[in-house]
Amino acid sequence: RSCRPRMMRLLTHNMLTSHVKGVKNGYPLILRVGELVVQEVEFNPDFIVRMLPRLDWPALVQTANSIGRPEIPAIPATVPEQPESNEEFLRAAHTLLLEVHIKEGEMECPESHKVFPIRNGIPNMLLEEEES
Amino acid sequence: LRDLESALQQVDVFETPKIKLEQYPTPPHIAARMLYTMATTYEDVEDCTVADLGCGCGVLGIGAAMLGASRVMSLDIDDDALETAERNCEEFELETMDFARLNLVEVAEEETNELGEPVLAPFPLRERFDTVIMNPPFGTKKNAGIDMLFLRRGISIADRAVYSLHKSSTRAHIAKCAEKWGVQMEVVAELRYNIPAMYKFHKKNSVDIAVDFLRFDCTAL
Repeated sequence: RSCRPRMMRLLTHNMLTSHVKGVKNGYPLILRVGELVVQEVEFNPDFIVRMLPRLDWPALVQTANSIGRPEIPAIPATVPEQPESNEEFLRAAHTLLLEVHIKEGEMECPESHKVFPIRNGIPNMLLEEEES
Repeated sequence: LRDLESALQQVDVFETPKIKLEQYPTPPHIAARMLYTMATTYEDVEDCTVADLGCGCGVLGIGAAMLGASRVMSLDIDDDALETAERNCEEFELETMDFARLNLVEVAEEETNELGEPVLAPFPLRERFDTVIMNPPFGTKKNAGIDMLFLRRGISIADRAVYSLHKSSTRAHIAKCAEKWGVQMEVVAELRYNIPAMYKFHKKNSVDIAVDFLRFDCTAL
């Protein structure tokens, strides 16, 4: 049977920020992708609509563009008006947020350059003692 | 409820539990009861986003995902626990779960807030959740006060409610704190929590302790 592989999604990346002591602009984390897989996930348009206000859309766009791979769907620079009735938009957002899976990679704080590794799909946000 | 309980019995537990982190798996019958009450009495699970703080082997988050949470974020400081939790999540083929390794109770040194409590350090997760669920360390041994830090962290990221387990002996203290924090505390159930002898210093085969299942309403914050 098929199992969901252990991977981090861009939805999670959008929610993570650097918390290194003294850092003011630790967001968004610069994402460097090692291994990336697109894995189908059941489409739940209501969920996407409800997550939109909780997301940082410009950060998502910036990250998506920085990955620069053909698997990444095109998304608009801003959330369209009435996204709930725009299925094309919701499907692209769904793919980007929930179906793009990062297995190995790392995230770098844009200010302190602290690197947070992603191993087996689990982002490690722990700081060394002197960084907290 | 019985289906949920028997499903949660399939969840693997810690291979080598760490006493420093007070790792005790939440018993499946207690986890099932908690989740069932959250889902049916309070409607805080289905179509909700849920964070599981100090997830350990992941049983609470897995149960929430089974009951239809739209997103479950399971968080822990321990790599081995997260590995086990993620393996469990794979076994159950749950698509709505995500994981991150972080320190939930990091505090800014030598700082206190207006209530005289330690200040929680900046948190690497900016997400807010409808519901937070946790079975925190009880704060015994060298971890005194850690249960309260878990609770404050949970309340700081919850839009609707925080659900947690605490020793009944701490109820009065927690109630007083909840009032100061401006959240409504409710004792949902009183449980007997059976801690099997897992560590070398345990002399008896198992001990029963009185535990409260608490709900904190965060909607007024």
